Amino acid sequence: MGKELQTSIRIDSVEGTGCVVRGDDIDTDRIIPARFMKDLTFDDMGQHAFEDARKAAKGQHPLDDERFAHASILIVGQNFGCGSSREHAPQALMRFGFNAFVGGSFAEIFAGNCTSMGLPCITLGEVDLVKLMDAVELDPTQNLRIDLDARSLTSRAGEMSISIPDGVRHQLLAGDWDAMRILLDAGDDIEKTASALPY
Amino acid sequence: MANPAKNLFQKVWNAHRVRELASGQTQLLIGTHLIHEVTSPQAFAMLRELELSVRYPKRTFATVDHIIPTDDQSRPLQDELAEAMMSELEQNCREHDIQFFGPESGFQGIVHVIGPELGLTQPGMTIGCGDSHTSTHGAFGAIAFGIGTSQVRDLLATQCMAISPLKVRRIEVTGTLEPGVFAKDVILAIIRRLGVNGGVGYAYEYAGPVLDAMSMEERMTICNMSIEGGARCGYVNPDSTTVEYLRGRRYTPDDGDFEGKAAAWLALASDPGAVYDDVVEIDGSEIEPSITWGINPGHNIGVSESIPTPNEASDDERAGVEEALEYMDFVAGASIAGTPIDVAFIGSCTNGRISDLREAARIAATGHVKEGVRTLVVPGSADVQRQAESEGLHEIFRKAGFDWREPGCSMCLAMNPDKLRGREVCASSSNRNFKGRQGSPSGRTLLMSPAMVAAAAIAGEVVDVRRIS
Repeated sequence: MGKELQTSIRIDSVEGTGCVVRGDDIDTDRIIPARFMKDLTFDDMGQHAFEDARKAAKGQHPLDDERFAHASILIVGQNFGCGSSREHAPQALMRFGFNAFVGGSFAEIFAGNCTSMGLPCITLGEVDLVKLMDAVELDPTQNLRIDLDARSLTSRAGEMSISIPDGVRHQLLAGDWDAMRILLDAGDDIEKTASALPY
Repeated sequence: MANPAKNLFQKVWNAHRVRELASGQTQLLIGTHLIHEVTSPQAFAMLRELELSVRYPKRTFATVDHIIPTDDQSRPLQDELAEAMMSELEQNCREHDIQFFGPESGFQGIVHVIGPELGLTQPGMTIGCGDSHTSTHGAFGAIAFGIGTSQVRDLLATQCMAISPLKVRRIEVTGTLEPGVFAKDVILAIIRRLGVNGGVGYAYEYAGPVLDAMSMEERMTICNMSIEGGARCGYVNPDSTTVEYLRGRRYTPDDGDFEGKAAAWLALASDPGAVYDDVVEIDGSEIEPSITWGINPGHNIGVSESIPTPNEASDDERAGVEEALEYMDFVAGASIAGTPIDVAFIGSCTNGRISDLREAARIAATGHVKEGVRTLVVPGSADVQRQAESEGLHEIFRKAGFDWREPGCSMCLAMNPDKLRGREVCASSSNRNFKGRQGSPSGRTLLMSPAMVAAAAIAGEVVDVRRIS
């Protein structure tokens, strides 16, 4: 058996300033181009986050906008993180400095990867999302607070209600987001299920 | 009383349920785990850190596909980073007693090509792999999930994942396909209709006369791109086509009772009267050869159609259409046919199988690659390569001026030396036309069927393959 696995940290809220990346269907190739995945670790992924998009924007990309420097909450549009299953994408964004994502919707594998890493992906209704994006672009210094327990997001634009799948919310609140410890807890039940399979 | 009629997803799910978790999610056993060099090294490192072993090495299979060159595969690989990744995978497989299908095995290839051809992929399985196109394996009536690296680690250590059940949408493709219209065109039409995020929260069950008539390889092309429609997985109910495909393959069960096994597989198909969360019908007779014009697979049209204008797009889509037109540098309202191409790529886990190469070769035999067009024909696996060469397809391609390569993922995602340069436009049989996908940050991809790619290579521009075949 392995080392005693520690309970992971309970995540009930995330606080910080925001950075707005507008646009729908932003895929994981854009978040981390494939050529940067040629590496045995995730250590250097942060510096390549959105690299091609940033180069193409010639310093005008939100990740290069000084007003958003030190932001820890990334605010995005619909279907963020679609495409490849590469965990390199959320790893790059986390290593760049983001601890949570607020958007219209998220691709499922991306959101699943974020959960495994303890990074909440929360969604807002369309009206609230536009309101939040506008507010953060107008005043990037304002503090945002995501409260998973109360299912709310507070900013100077007011308090908004947020959505997050119940199971994921439970995992984050209970400190079970790193699923491996829980999965290992099943012990003999795993073998029972495996040995009953016809293959 | 609960409805006794079940769909395949429910049957497979129930057979693999280990327990319900406090979160409300299910701990689901994943019976077969496929790994490759890009998304597994960090997972093995995490295991080592925690002093854990691989729980079921015999349920785990490995190959190398993403980074492998398609010209010279001799060791050490010329690219040091690629060599390091390949060595790491070999080392991890040795250390944990995992079967590795490397180039020397004669069975190396794209993980989603070799799984089925070795008979590793079977009806009723749950399959996990650190690659989003794992949905391919659903063609056999398996439930197959693409996962990230932390989940690869979870599977190595526990053979399980924590997941909530999905809704099931049945997509019935009716009618018959016109000659020159392929599985690729069908899945592009489905994604166009339902959207690139229309499948979020769903498993897709593909059915209807068009699917019934398809070969396993065509069904794999359909299921492969489920993820491009946002669905977590996609599947086709097993039938006699499935059973015949599996007969006699290397890992197909051979205990003297194949017919009994086949009967059990067939019984996994969705029951008559099974309930679905949604049902969609698409008329296959209406589908044309399809091509993408933009920057996601939903941006596709029939070859006789014009590139959309922002004005005709819905409010939600207008900004995306404008962004795509700007990136592609295409004129709204122009015909897609006649668009000049610089590169033609035939291959990938979507369309790199023997039937794809046969269709492309049939078109290649009608002419010669247009001067100035760069081409790559990349078999999906060593087995596909052997078969193609035994049929003389490589000679047909070469004679027509196509570059015949060694197996791998190649220019689908360009993690090896096969890359677009600058603003090149590539007619591609792969699965994603995202910005920069094929290795050049400003490169442009037009997705289409392998036959359409071959036709475009010869004409030097997008043409309607129905005019040739």
